Amino acid sequence: MAQMNMVQALNSAMDVCMARDPGVVVLGQDVGYFGGVFRVTEGLQRKYGEHRVLDAPITEGGIIAAAIGMAVNGLKPVAEIQFADYIYPGYDQIVSELARLRYRSAGAFPAPVTIRTPCGGGIRGGQTHSQSPEALFTHVCGIKVVMPSNPFDAKGLLIAAIEAEDPVLFLEPKRLYNGPFDGDPDKPAVPWSDHPKGEVPEGHYLVPIGQAAVVKVGTQVTIVTYGTLVHVAEVAARCMNLDAEIIDVRSMVPLDVDTLVASVRKTGRCLIAHEATRFSGFGAELAATLQEHCFWQLEAPIERVGGWDTPYPHAFEWEYFPGPGRLCAALERLMVAS
Amino acid sequence: MTPVSRLYVPNSPARPGQAPDFSYVRLSPAGAVPRPAVGAALSELEPLAQSLIRVLDDEGVAVGPWAPALTADELQQGLRLMLLTRLYDERMFRTQRQGRISFYVKSTGEEAVSVAAGLALRSTDMLFPSYRQQGLQFVRGVSLVDMMCQLLSNTRDMCKGRQLPVFYHSVPKRLFTISGNLTTQVPQAVGWAMAAAIQGREDLAATWTGEGSTAEPDFHNALVFATVYRAPAILNVVNNQWAISTFQGFAGGEQRSFAARGLGYGVPGLRVDGNDFLAVHAATRWAAERARAGGGATVIELVTYRVAAHSTSDDPTRYRPKDEPAHWPLGDPIERLKRHLIGRGLWSEARHQALTTELEELLSVAWKEAVGYGSLNEGPRLDSDLMFEDVFKAMPQNLIDQRSELRRERGMPWRK
Repeated sequence: MAQMNMVQALNSAMDVCMARDPGVVVLGQDVGYFGGVFRVTEGLQRKYGEHRVLDAPITEGGIIAAAIGMAVNGLKPVAEIQFADYIYPGYDQIVSELARLRYRSAGAFPAPVTIRTPCGGGIRGGQTHSQSPEALFTHVCGIKVVMPSNPFDAKGLLIAAIEAEDPVLFLEPKRLYNGPFDGDPDKPAVPWSDHPKGEVPEGHYLVPIGQAAVVKVGTQVTIVTYGTLVHVAEVAARCMNLDAEIIDVRSMVPLDVDTLVASVRKTGRCLIAHEATRFSGFGAELAATLQEHCFWQLEAPIERVGGWDTPYPHAFEWEYFPGPGRLCAALERLMVAS
Repeated sequence: MTPVSRLYVPNSPARPGQAPDFSYVRLSPAGAVPRPAVGAALSELEPLAQSLIRVLDDEGVAVGPWAPALTADELQQGLRLMLLTRLYDERMFRTQRQGRISFYVKSTGEEAVSVAAGLALRSTDMLFPSYRQQGLQFVRGVSLVDMMCQLLSNTRDMCKGRQLPVFYHSVPKRLFTISGNLTTQVPQAVGWAMAAAIQGREDLAATWTGEGSTAEPDFHNALVFATVYRAPAILNVVNNQWAISTFQGFAGGEQRSFAARGLGYGVPGLRVDGNDFLAVHAATRWAAERARAGGGATVIELVTYRVAAHSTSDDPTRYRPKDEPAHWPLGDPIERLKRHLIGRGLWSEARHQALTTELEELLSVAWKEAVGYGSLNEGPRLDSDLMFEDVFKAMPQNLIDQRSELRRERGMPWRK
């Protein structure tokens, strides 16, 4: 096993896939010679050549559409959109085309494209480098949506995405690239090498798409979360002295309903937490699904925590970010209610 | 064995460790390009998209039909504003490195692109810049303190803490709010120009985007609307050769010039030496006259070079030769205008030094005042209640509730 941060794990996933399958190609802005603004594709062009690791013109719609064409013609493209905040010019190609090609052609033209894109805040990126747009894509039928919270899952999930026969939107919480982050910006940064999930096999392995992970087993309350908030949830539960069961959703589409339901039925209490804006966020889908399945076991209304219903403001990054404080307040409400 | 790929992949002429090579930049001698009347037919204008309009020759003498008739005052003002832009950039870059501001974008070497164009327009014309035309802010007289307060996200920040540094705006100075998303402002400028035409006003809209950003569909959208409605707009393409690590070949620059992008739509293009203050001024004036006369939009490609990194988050030595800036064939816009003025007896090294000192002092005084209004990390901070304002004109109930929730959160023991 090697020690990897999330950048290295993602890089290794693409390396493994490119070595095994000559049809895997990488394209995106700055991904080739430069190796990507977050260094995720570092060294891949040197190793696999400029015909398999393509620097692309600055047009997200063009990148995604070209990836569709390549996929339809037998390649396995991995497209990078430099920031999730910049994905919108490609939205039509994702929503109207990529997600529906298999359906509208009755299976004749599937397009197994992987779209990687860094998301989330915590790097002082302001409203154009901090967004978490997952709900805009989970509402679209025909594209899988995943978000890892650690290097081990990142590599296994990305290999699964590249090898999948369906399109996958692969969201990378950029605040976690170099280390886990518990929501306190004043604490010194912690590297992945101090974390068990920073141990990553060098070769091929899969983290199957569609499976949630129970990060911590507990009895009093279930925290359903994903991405950066997995680490915030652990701190919040500790602060509140709660024996919480923490579930990392990992795969939003398809959703592992069974794992979530089993946990909430067991604990009878549920907090849903994500970094994205709360209103119409993916947490709404989680809450609706869980109450359908767990209504008679619930001891309290399901709590939902997220970013506020505003754009991500540069100067108020930590007031916007759902840190341990906001989670603790929600946990307190959950435990008081009976 | 995989078959050999027939795909063409553009290659930067020089990478780190190699000798800089700008032989791909097609030059015309200063003064050589004809200046057609603004009412000339498109067929007569077409060659202007391939040649390079230059006024200042190698000795700093203004030559040819594009040489504008500017007064000594106007030229000195141009030099002053370009120098102010450069000194401001240097100083704000240093404050970022000291951790006082979170991010910065320099425009070193591209000062003429904004200052000369800005000075060639009327103060009633609306400007839609990208994030590298800070010179326009100085042309329009936005105060240094206001600009610095924006960079500091402090209590006097015009954006109320919501934007990254350098995304300025000013309603009275007619400077549109700057976006981090590329090219979005270009078709918006065309829409603004259409509205000016609808309302029977003479104002025009000018916008700036990078050559890399012309790949975005919004550039095509702008050209379609510009040609259909003959919108009084100037679409500037700042070809500074690099979009982060993406060199201009990846925006299609190897086949035809960016100035020629409009020709297929019926929009003429001027390819201009972007480091020649006089050429930029003259080309902008020409396009503005044409727009005001009902001739419609013009694309102006400003051939220049991004001397600095893309931003404070970038390290260009990873993808281009370290000494590439020194080999740029079109020189430095400030040095070239200075030489011209000295040659005409309108300037001197001593005056230049005195101006530098004066501007440095202005910047120091402004910075001292600006930091007094706080910063992201020190001094008075913006009230985080402000986060919930301006999402809508009137605050809806969910935001009122969340504002209260945040106030409670701030008072809780587990938040520091």
